[in-house]
Amino acid sequence: MFVQHFPVLPIILPLIAAPLCILVGRSHLAWILATLVSALSFYVSVDLLLTTIEQGVLSYAIGGWEPPWGIEIRIDAASAMILSVVTGISTLVLVYAKESIVKEIDSRQHTLFYTAHLLCLTGLSGILSTGDAFNLFVFLEISSLATYTLVSLGADKRCLTAAFRYLVMGTIGATFILIGVGMMYMKTGTLNMIDLSARIAEFDSNRTLNTGLAFILVGVSIKLALFPLHMWLPPAYTHAPSAVSAFLASTATKVAVYVMVRFIFTIYGAEYVFYTMSMDIILLVLAIVAIFKCSFMATVQSNVKTMLAYSSVAQIGYMILGISLASNLGLMAGLLHIFNHALMKGALFMAVGAVLFRTGSVDIKAFQGLGKQMPLTMAAFTIAGLSIIGVPLTVGFVSKWYLVTAALEQQHWVVAFLVLLGSLLAIVYIGRILEAAYFKKPSQLTAGKDIKEAPMLMLVPMWGLVIANIYFGIDTSLSVTAADSAAQWLTQAVTETGAKQ
Amino acid sequence: MNIWSALDPSQLINLTIIVPLIGAALVVLLGKQPNLREAASIITGIVLFTLVLAVADNTFSNVSMATSWITLLPGLEIAFLVEPLGVLFALVASFLWIITTIYAIGYMRGHNEENQTRFFFCFALSISTVMAICFSSNLLTLFIFYELLTLSTYPLVTHAGTEDAKRGGRVYLGILLGTSVAFLLFAILGTWVSAGTLDFTPGGVFSGAQSDGLVALLLVLFCYGIGKAALMPFHRWLPAAMVAPTPVSSLLHAVAVVKAGVFSILKVVIYIFGIDNLRDIATTDVMLYIGAATVLLSSCVAMTKDNLKARLAYSTISQLSYIVVGALLASSVAAAGASLHIATHAVGKITLFFCAGAIMVAAHKKNVSEMAGLGRKMPITMIAFAIGSLSIIGLPPMAGTWSKWYLMMGALETERLIIVVVLTISSLLNVAYLLPITIKAFFHPAPPNERPWSWSQTNEAPLPSLIAIVVTSTACLLLFFYPQPLIDLINLIPDVSTELKGQP
Repeated sequence: MFVQHFPVLPIILPLIAAPLCILVGRSHLAWILATLVSALSFYVSVDLLLTTIEQGVLSYAIGGWEPPWGIEIRIDAASAMILSVVTGISTLVLVYAKESIVKEIDSRQHTLFYTAHLLCLTGLSGILSTGDAFNLFVFLEISSLATYTLVSLGADKRCLTAAFRYLVMGTIGATFILIGVGMMYMKTGTLNMIDLSARIAEFDSNRTLNTGLAFILVGVSIKLALFPLHMWLPPAYTHAPSAVSAFLASTATKVAVYVMVRFIFTIYGAEYVFYTMSMDIILLVLAIVAIFKCSFMATVQSNVKTMLAYSSVAQIGYMILGISLASNLGLMAGLLHIFNHALMKGALFMAVGAVLFRTGSVDIKAFQGLGKQMPLTMAAFTIAGLSIIGVPLTVGFVSKWYLVTAALEQQHWVVAFLVLLGSLLAIVYIGRILEAAYFKKPSQLTAGKDIKEAPMLMLVPMWGLVIANIYFGIDTSLSVTAADSAAQWLTQAVTETGAKQ
Repeated sequence: MNIWSALDPSQLINLTIIVPLIGAALVVLLGKQPNLREAASIITGIVLFTLVLAVADNTFSNVSMATSWITLLPGLEIAFLVEPLGVLFALVASFLWIITTIYAIGYMRGHNEENQTRFFFCFALSISTVMAICFSSNLLTLFIFYELLTLSTYPLVTHAGTEDAKRGGRVYLGILLGTSVAFLLFAILGTWVSAGTLDFTPGGVFSGAQSDGLVALLLVLFCYGIGKAALMPFHRWLPAAMVAPTPVSSLLHAVAVVKAGVFSILKVVIYIFGIDNLRDIATTDVMLYIGAATVLLSSCVAMTKDNLKARLAYSTISQLSYIVVGALLASSVAAAGASLHIATHAVGKITLFFCAGAIMVAAHKKNVSEMAGLGRKMPITMIAFAIGSLSIIGLPPMAGTWSKWYLMMGALETERLIIVVVLTISSLLNVAYLLPITIKAFFHPAPPNERPWSWSQTNEAPLPSLIAIVVTSTACLLLFFYPQPLIDLINLIPDVSTELKGQP
C-alpha cells in the first residue's frame, strides 16, 4: 500500500527534488519542479492531518527498523497541523518567488535558491515528523544550513553579515541542543522520544537531566528567537530576499516553537518542567517582555521589513505565553497562534516584497502614496495588518480570544490585560504604514516613477493568504479542532506517562 | 405599517443588514453618474426604514425574531435577536439616515467635495453595521460590529485628507480601537470566563456565583471600554472627529456612532448586569458620579468654544453622559428616560449639526462670534437652530422635555438629589451656550451699512439641506406631542418602565 508510506513523504519528496533542481539547470524548470513537489507535500500533509484528527498517532518505522532501535516517524495532530502550515506556506511562497527573486537574487543563483528552499523544507518537515531526539537535531541542522544559504542569497551585501550572525547564533543554539540530547542519552540510553519520556519519568529530578533540559531550552530559545536571544532575527529577516523572509517568518521560528513544545510536553513532561523546575514563570516573564519590548521596537523602525521582523519576535512571545500557561487551553492557544501567525506574517512579508519589487525600497517613505498606485497589494497589507492587530473576523482575533481566555482561566488577570495592551502597540506600528500608504503624497523615493500593481504571480499567493486570514477568522472549526486535538494529544502524553509511574 | 408581511419575520433582520450593503455596492457601481448614485442611496434608505418599521410592527405584536449566521467559536455565534431597545435605536438611526442622505447631497455638492462615491459608500457601510449592532444577540456580535463601525467610519472622518483630518483620524481610531481592545474585549472575555455566556439575557447573566470584586471591575471596564459613549477622560475622539464633513458629524457623531456607544452601555446594563442587580455593585456609584461630572464639565468646556461644531461636540459629550447616568441610576424610570433620550437627543442634535453645516455652506462661517445678524440671511436655518436648541435644553414644547422628565423622575425615585441638581445645572448651562447663538443671529444689530431686511436678501443653504433641516426640526416638535409610540416601545424592554414603582 502506498498510503502507508505517507508519513515519510513530506521529508523524502523535497529531499529528492532538491538536487534535481540543480540538475535541471533552468530557473523556470526548477521553479515548476519545486512548486509541484511542495504542493504534493502539502496535499500529503493535509491528508495526514485529517487522518491524525480521526485516528490519533501515525507511526512509521524508517527502513522497517522497529522503534526504539530504528528511527521512528511519529506524526500526531500537533506535527501534522504545523506540517500542513509549513508545506502550505512553502507552496505559496514558491509561487510568489518566481517573480520576486528576479530582482533580488542574481540570476545565476536561481536554481540554488530553489534547491536551498527545498532542503530547508526537508529539514523542517523532518523536525516535525521525527520521533527521535537525535534525528530531530539532524533535521534542525539541515534546515538551518539551508536557511543560512537562503539568507545570504540577497543582493544587498549586508545580507552576508546578517547570515553570518545568524550562522554563529544558530550554531550555538544547535550545539546546546546537541549537548542536551547527549546528556539525556547518557542517562537513559535511548533517543526515541516515547522511550525517553518513559525513562525520564523514572528518574526523580536527576541533575544531569536537569542540566540537559536547561541546555535544550536555551538552545531552542535561540532558534525560536525568544527575547533576549532574538538579536539574530531582525537583521536576517531584513536583508534576506523577500520570498525567504516570508517563508522563514511564517515557518522556521514556528517549527522551533514546536521543538520546544515537543521537549517540554512529550519528552520531559509538563509536570516536570513547569512544577518541579518552575520554567513556567521564567517563560511567562520572557514572553511578556518580548511582547512589549519588541512591539515597541517595531513602532520606531523606518525599514518596514525590520518592523515586521520585530513584530514576529513579539508574536513569538504570544506563542510562548500560551505554552507557559501550562494548561490545555493555553497550549492550544499557542498552537493556534502558530497557525494563524503564519497566515498573517506570510501575507505581510509578501506584500512588502511586492513593494520592494516595484519601488526598489522597503523604507516607510517608499510606501507613501502606494494606496493609489498598488491598491491590491496595500489592501492585502491592510487586511493582514488588521489581523496582526486582532480585529474581529480575522485570525488574529481568534488567537487573541483563546490566549486571553486561557490566561483568565488560570486567574492570570494581569497577564490577560497585558496581552490586550500589547496589541495596542500593533495598532501603532501597522497604523504608521497605512497612514503613509493612504494619506501621504509620494516621497522623493518614488515621486515621478510610474509604479504599477504587483505582477499576478505575486498577487495570487498573497491574496490566497489574505483570504485564509479572513476565512479562518470566521470559520474556525478546522483550525480550532486541529489545535485542540493537538493540545489534547500533547497533554495526554503527560498523563499517560503519569499513569505508568 | 408592515409592507413586508409576506416575509418570514426573522428574514427582516438579515435584510436590514444586507440592504445597506447592496446600497453600498450600487453606490460604487453608479459612481460615475452622481444623480443615479444619490437616488440609490435614498432608495436604500427608504427601503431600510420600511424594513425597520416592519420589525417594529412585529415587536409590538410580540413576534419573536432571531437569526444566526455562523458559529465563530465553539459556543459563540454571530447571532441576531430583536428586542425593543434595539428596535428603538434602529428606528432612530434608519429614519435619520434618509434625512442625512438628503442633506448630504446638498452639502457635498454645495461644498464641491471630492471622492463623493467613497463617501456615500462608507456611509452605507456604517449604517449596515449600526443595524447589526442594534439587533445583535450577544456581546461578541455586538463587539464585532462595534469595531467594524469604527473602521468603516474612519475614512469618513479623514475624508478631507488634510493634515488636520489625519490628526483627527489618528485620535479617533486610537481612542476608539484602544479602549475597545484594552477594556471592552477584556470585559467581554472576563464575562465569558466567569459567567459562561455572552448572550443578552433579561435580568443579567451574573448569577451571584461571581465574586463582587470581579463584577465591580467588569462594570468599570464596560463603561470605559465602550469608548463611543465618550465618558471622560476618553472623550477626546469626539471633538477630534469634527474635522469630518458635517453630514458625517451629524449622523455619525450625533446619532449613529455615539448612540451605538450609549446603546451598548444600556444594553450591557439591562441585559448583562440587570438593572435590579446594579445597585449591589460597588462601582456603580463611582461610574455614576463620573458620568455626572462629565455632564457638567463638558458643558463648561462647550461654553468656551467659539467654533460652532466644537461647541456642539462638547454638548454631545455632555448629553451622552445623561444616558450613562440614566443607565447607572439603577431605576426602571431612569433607564426609560435614558432610552428615550437616545431618540430625542438624536433629532435635536442632528438639527443643530445640520444648521451648522448649512451655515458653513451658505455663509462660510464656522465661529459663533461671526454669526451676528445671520438670522436675517438664513431665517429658516436659524429658526430650526432655535428649535433644536430648545429641545436639547429640554424645554416644552420640544422632544427633549420628555427624556429629561423621566431622567429627573428616576433620580428622584432613587433619592439621589445630587443627580437632580446636576441635571438642573446642566440644563442651565445648555441655555448659556446654545441660546446666545440664536439671540446673536436674530437680535444683534446687523453691520451698519446694510439695507433693510427683505426676502430677496436671504441666502439659504441648498434646497436638499433645507428640506432635511425642516424635517428634523419638525420631528423635535412632533415627538413632544406624540411620544406615545416610542414610550410604548420602551415599556416593552424588560425591567424598564415609565411608570414609577408603587404606582398602579
